[in-house]
Amino acid sequence: MSTAIDRFDDKTRGAFGQIGQTEVYEGELLRHRVYTRFLHWMVALFFFLALFTGFGIYMPWLFRWFTPIFGGGPLSREMHPWFGLGFVIFFGLQALNWIKPMTWTAADTKWMVNLRKIIGGQEKMEPPDTGFFNGGQKMQFWEIASGCIVYLITGMILWFGARVFGRWAVAVSYVLHDISALIMLGGIFIHIYLSTIGQSGTFQAMIRGAVSEAWAWTFHPAWYKQVTGRDPVGACEEARRKASAK
Amino acid sequence: MSDRKTLQIKQISGHSGPAAGFDMQRDYEVCKLIDTTICIGCKACEVACVEWNDMPFTPTTFDNTYQTMPSTSYHFWNLIKFNEHQREDGTVQWLMRKDQCMHCADPGCLRACPADGAIVQYTNGIVDFQQENCIGCEFCVSGCPYDIPKFNPATKKVYKCTLCSDRVGQGLEPACIKACPTGCLKFGSKDDMKFIAEERAKQLRENFGFEKAGVYDPQSIGGTHVVYVLHDAENPERYGGLPKNPVIPWSYTVWKWLFKPVLGTFALFGLLGVLLHYVTVGPRRAQPEPPIKERES
Ligand code: SF4
Ligand code: SF4
Ligand code: SF4
Repeated sequence: MSTAIDRFDDKTRGAFGQIGQTEVYEGELLRHRVYTRFLHWMVALFFFLALFTGFGIYMPWLFRWFTPIFGGGPLSREMHPWFGLGFVIFFGLQALNWIKPMTWTAADTKWMVNLRKIIGGQEKMEPPDTGFFNGGQKMQFWEIASGCIVYLITGMILWFGARVFGRWAVAVSYVLHDISALIMLGGIFIHIYLSTIGQSGTFQAMIRGAVSEAWAWTFHPAWYKQVTGRDPVGACEEARRKASAK
Repeated sequence: MSDRKTLQIKQISGHSGPAAGFDMQRDYEVCKLIDTTICIGCKACEVACVEWNDMPFTPTTFDNTYQTMPSTSYHFWNLIKFNEHQREDGTVQWLMRKDQCMHCADPGCLRACPADGAIVQYTNGIVDFQQENCIGCEFCVSGCPYDIPKFNPATKKVYKCTLCSDRVGQGLEPACIKACPTGCLKFGSKDDMKFIAEERAKQLRENFGFEKAGVYDPQSIGGTHVVYVLHDAENPERYGGLPKNPVIPWSYTVWKWLFKPVLGTFALFGLLGVLLHYVTVGPRRAQPEPPIKERES
């Protein structure tokens, strides 16, 4: 099973690599390939389409000014499950693509314990055992993965309705669907913040696919060590010496 | 309450005689009484409903019973449900029940509906759907214990019996009441209908040998503005699936009125949190950053 997934992923990565390209300049490292970036933005697109059409169903009175963008309440309601399906399918592909780097390790548990210091800004560099993804990213990944399962099950129940699944199934699904959406919405603010203004140099990883080496040794030292074979702390100190010598 | 009469029709152009319904003041809470023990299944009420509400002709679906179709639909709000019930002694009882919206005192449809103004309950007890505000989410379907609201795929909105709110507002009776030839349908105040229904049930128990005869006005949803007289009030399910103790899923009340707004605000805290972080702590930079010149704290 997992080898089949690997083969599928390798083939599509190759195919997408031919359609698009990733240019890695001097002093940079390849972060995300074309296939990963494509999937990420498809997930993002469908996420926001589903989110915005969902607003008009969650609280019609609050979003009455907003729903006309999607052709009004009934049309929002009609399109919402299709957008949601797109979101789940593309995230599913991304999950296959990322299942290995997203596997939870002891370093991630340590990272979570350390979270306060990182949020408070006391720790400038990530802990040395932080790999390709850190604990927070993995948390969000698995939150969205479980959220997708909740969406899919409760969404189908809501879509086909009380006459197929019974009144109680719908009444309970409605609540679970909403809770899942609220958790994901709260998480997405953090995700967008940290990938744009909250952590400079991150956004280009999902746009061009490449990041600076300094970004890599600061935020993902273990990954930096793995791809370059150099010690992240040493590399950082060397860069600091060079900068002050100038 | 004289103000409620101001919109009643007094004169009609080209109409001989007094305006129908003029000076008829409906009581505060209206009620339709359906005596299933007198109904002959003639379906005049079905036709009257289709006619008055201007609904298109619907082909009937034959399923080896006398029923017009398996269930009510978005353009067929009133359906006589037939059931052949075999009694213990082997004899067969032919049960007929006029199925339509029950106009519940505590309407599950209204509890479940998230759309502002899509469902209203009038002071006279009628529960009415306002299609211009409906978003077609069909939550009302799961809120209703009687499987009444029906989705129209063309308009993407939900429809059901209005208890002829347009007629009742003008002092008239609903169309089905007017059409019924047997008098098994009656319309008036809830108190009057309950009184007549109880008297009839008593008569059935004492004079006709239906010991379990009674009135269907379920208190689990605060009663309904459509009440039935049944030969066997202990087994309402026999009458085309009338629930004995209709319930509204509690999740609607709890979730909609409490957690939805509260938790929605929590999700926005995510936005507030990151903004505060940006302002107070500031972004993280790739190291080494330029040496810090000054730190205010
Ligand atoms: S019978 Fe159903 S649709 Fe009619 S008022 Fe009650 S809950 Fe609403
Ligand atoms: S479908 Fe039902 S619950 Fe949804 S908005 Fe329309 S009336 Fe309300
Ligand atoms: S018109 Fe009256 S007698 Fe005829 S089917 Fe309707 S309720 Fe029964």
